[in-house]
Amino acid sequence: MSTEDLYLGKKSYSVLGQRPVRHDGADKVTGKAVYTSDLQLPNMAQGRIIRSPHAHAKIKSIYTAAALKLPGVLAVVTGEDWPNLEEKFAIMGEAGAVNLHHLANNCLAKGKVVYKGHAVAAVAATTLAIAEEAARLIKVEYEILPSVTWVLDAMKPDAPILLPSLRTDSMGKKGTEPTNIATHIQFEQGNIAEGFKQADVIVEREFRTASVHQGYIEPHVSVALWNEDNRLKIWTSTQGSFNCRQQVSELLQVPVSQVVVVPCEIGGGFGGKITVYLEPVAALLSRRCGRPVKLSMQRNEVFEGTGPTPGSYAKVKIGVKKDGTITAGEAWLAYDCGAFPGGVIGPGAMCVFSCYEFPNAKVDGYDVLDNKPHTQAYRAPGATQAAFACEQVIDELAAKLKMDPIEFRLKNAAKEGTRRVDGPVYPRVGFIETLKAAQNSDHWKSKLTGKNRGRGIASGFWFNIGGASSCSASVNDDGSVTLVEGSTDIGGTRTSVAMQLAETLGITAQDVRPQVGDTDSVGYTFLTGGSRVTFATGLAAYKLGLDLQEQMKQRAAALWDVESAAVKVENGKYSSNGKSLTFKELAGKIPGAKLDPVVGRASVSPEGSTNGFGTHICDVEVDPETGKVTILRYTAIQDAGKAVHPSYVEGQMQGGSVQGIGWALNEEYFFDDQSRMKNASFLDYRMPTSLDVPMIETIIVEVPNPSHPFGVRGVGETPIVPPPATVANAIHAATGLRFTELPMSPPKVWKALSTK
Amino acid sequence: MGRLEAYPTLLQTNHLGQANPVAKKTHVSTTVNNEPAEFLCEPRESLLEVLRDTLKLTGAKEGCNNGNCGACTVLLNDVPVNSCLVLGVEAEGASIETVEGMACEGHLHPLQQCFLEGAALQCGICTPGFLVTAKALLDKNPTPSEHDIRFNLANNLCRCTGYDKIVKAVQEAAKELAAK
Repeated sequence: MSTEDLYLGKKSYSVLGQRPVRHDGADKVTGKAVYTSDLQLPNMAQGRIIRSPHAHAKIKSIYTAAALKLPGVLAVVTGEDWPNLEEKFAIMGEAGAVNLHHLANNCLAKGKVVYKGHAVAAVAATTLAIAEEAARLIKVEYEILPSVTWVLDAMKPDAPILLPSLRTDSMGKKGTEPTNIATHIQFEQGNIAEGFKQADVIVEREFRTASVHQGYIEPHVSVALWNEDNRLKIWTSTQGSFNCRQQVSELLQVPVSQVVVVPCEIGGGFGGKITVYLEPVAALLSRRCGRPVKLSMQRNEVFEGTGPTPGSYAKVKIGVKKDGTITAGEAWLAYDCGAFPGGVIGPGAMCVFSCYEFPNAKVDGYDVLDNKPHTQAYRAPGATQAAFACEQVIDELAAKLKMDPIEFRLKNAAKEGTRRVDGPVYPRVGFIETLKAAQNSDHWKSKLTGKNRGRGIASGFWFNIGGASSCSASVNDDGSVTLVEGSTDIGGTRTSVAMQLAETLGITAQDVRPQVGDTDSVGYTFLTGGSRVTFATGLAAYKLGLDLQEQMKQRAAALWDVESAAVKVENGKYSSNGKSLTFKELAGKIPGAKLDPVVGRASVSPEGSTNGFGTHICDVEVDPETGKVTILRYTAIQDAGKAVHPSYVEGQMQGGSVQGIGWALNEEYFFDDQSRMKNASFLDYRMPTSLDVPMIETIIVEVPNPSHPFGVRGVGETPIVPPPATVANAIHAATGLRFTELPMSPPKVWKALSTK
Repeated sequence: MGRLEAYPTLLQTNHLGQANPVAKKTHVSTTVNNEPAEFLCEPRESLLEVLRDTLKLTGAKEGCNNGNCGACTVLLNDVPVNSCLVLGVEAEGASIETVEGMACEGHLHPLQQCFLEGAALQCGICTPGFLVTAKALLDKNPTPSEHDIRFNLANNLCRCTGYDKIVKAVQEAAKELAAK
């Protein structure tokens, strides 16, 4: 497809860029939308999970007889109920390939528990109260083992070993000794020794970040019905119904054709609802008792048993010439992956230097096990920790050179042709445009006055992955189009996808009725993640529009008795030899003329990744008495390619920013000396409330993506990348102190200020 | 901690002295969304459980079951409460309003309309709680400042929106209600 004319937003659109009310909106503001926990099925049983109170222990025995005797108890399952899973792997999107043996053990432990909150058994009963009572009657005998929760401690040779069979995979070479280091990756370009020799100024700093949780408000919940005909139906809160189907099918060793996954409305995910936890366990219970079984987590189970993002250590060193040109960069990153191998060190290592031209660079990354829940993706997984490190070093270098931080970034900014340290060369990207927009923003131009106040700026990068997407549609005789897509809708993508179909057909967004299909109703669609849905499923909707349009041309041709090629289409108007019909008029004539109904379909699987850049500005005030940091003003700027629905693009930028502010200032997992999480409630974990943040100003930059017909880029993840670094740079401006540890919570800030 | 562990004294025992989680039920008469409602509930059951499981009003959501997130907010005698922290039996004689009661005669409440037009929801799980909390605020204070809105909505957690569009939607709704 030719995209030349799309560059720099030259093309005008009739639907894209509008702000229609979302199609599922009325359901969601009236309480009618059906989330998984709202489901009531006939004869449905309720389940509970029994979890480990210890962070690391051998399971010596599980005593279930008393629970099974309780009236109303229907079934109990443990890790012994898994089928025998050889060393099999499944692809799980951003989290990469997952060892099914580990995945099964994470859902229900076998032999050993490796974090507090690790599931060891599950019970189903006629009511939740009975299931809870039965859960108390299940006695597990443990032999407690030593544990570890800090990534650098876990890397020490004398650290407690989580997986005795694990050997480090260091760029393809297997180690020989037991270890917690699952992988070591390295990216290199140029010659860093030479690069640092050319530098006039070098800054090297160490950074640490605590584990944080995605914090979706809806706890995990799943319903499974394993029927007597061996068909397994699952209703669940998932970011990917097909990925869920694949995981369940492989874990239970049943063909995918026997499993159907019905994605209900999802109450947030942010990467944490890609892997399965409850689905296969509910299925095991259902097979045992012959009824549908609902399993849901309480909030403490969500914190203790599901994916946080890694705690991390980073050492970043960057050298520059006096004129501000970067000569070399070196990064050493260690991210924990929790209790099973396979964290997000890969993207972290790819992203650490991704905003700038580094002629010479080397990045070492380590994936390290420790006694925490197995880490999961969290919005731009791995990139925020990396940006917290790199963007503070950049800020410090600019200050040392007495350069404006935006000018310094502009001098080194990644652009078309820049080679990222892990290899890929950027196509047209919009980083420079976000920096210029920052420079021209009201916020940056405004004056900040007052004691203990400071302004910071930082940038961030994240990929938009491609992957397979399918959709189908039929044209109704009232001119509306019923769209079925496979992408589960977390934040309004039904509408952003429907708008792209409407744009292609020349109809309005409200003329399209989108719905998310289950895995039996729509073609394979990869998960909702990687900022891919509006980009990739949108691309499928565009192709679907072309398919429908071609068929509509054929119907018009049949109606007018001309060749299909003689029918012209413009802005949804079909014409030939002076006759013309709108899309709606033509649709209305199809049944009466006994023409074939119009049913279309499309599937795509764009490869590689396009790229999203953002730059954030923040003003803070630091209270020297308490160490509390108040965000006075915040602006997020991002290249959205083409903003399909600007309100929802802004919403992604605002939501990501506030999650990032929470990560910067408050959120963290506290562990006691037995590696047990001590703050597993919203009250003690303390995510931002409406009172903690100001309005989040947004500036959308539109540099069209060359690999999408409308220039669309994914926007969901980039906004969480810059905030911790932006806030840290602002605190530095306010106090003169460099905070290198997340969160920059009141006790830490107060301590640093009072010992200044 | 499970719900039963939180209220051990409410556990009944059977003739063998074993814990019997099926306790004797209490009859409760109440008003829900201006209609009379009756239900039977166990003493330990929360108002949220009664609303969702017994009365099938699933608009109020469970996000934490300990009063931290506000997703289960309903009005109890015009006061916003976390229905997970209210016992079902406490609803006796009370008037309860849930998100299901906000729209009337086919028309959305201005708050609902402003949430839609202002894109003040993404995943939507927290939305019913925010709408009910915001309605209580505007009923009491028709001209709230931004700080008033943020202070009152701080009872409700949203992880998707960053609150910006929610606060703006409440401001818009206040304007619309004032113009009526």
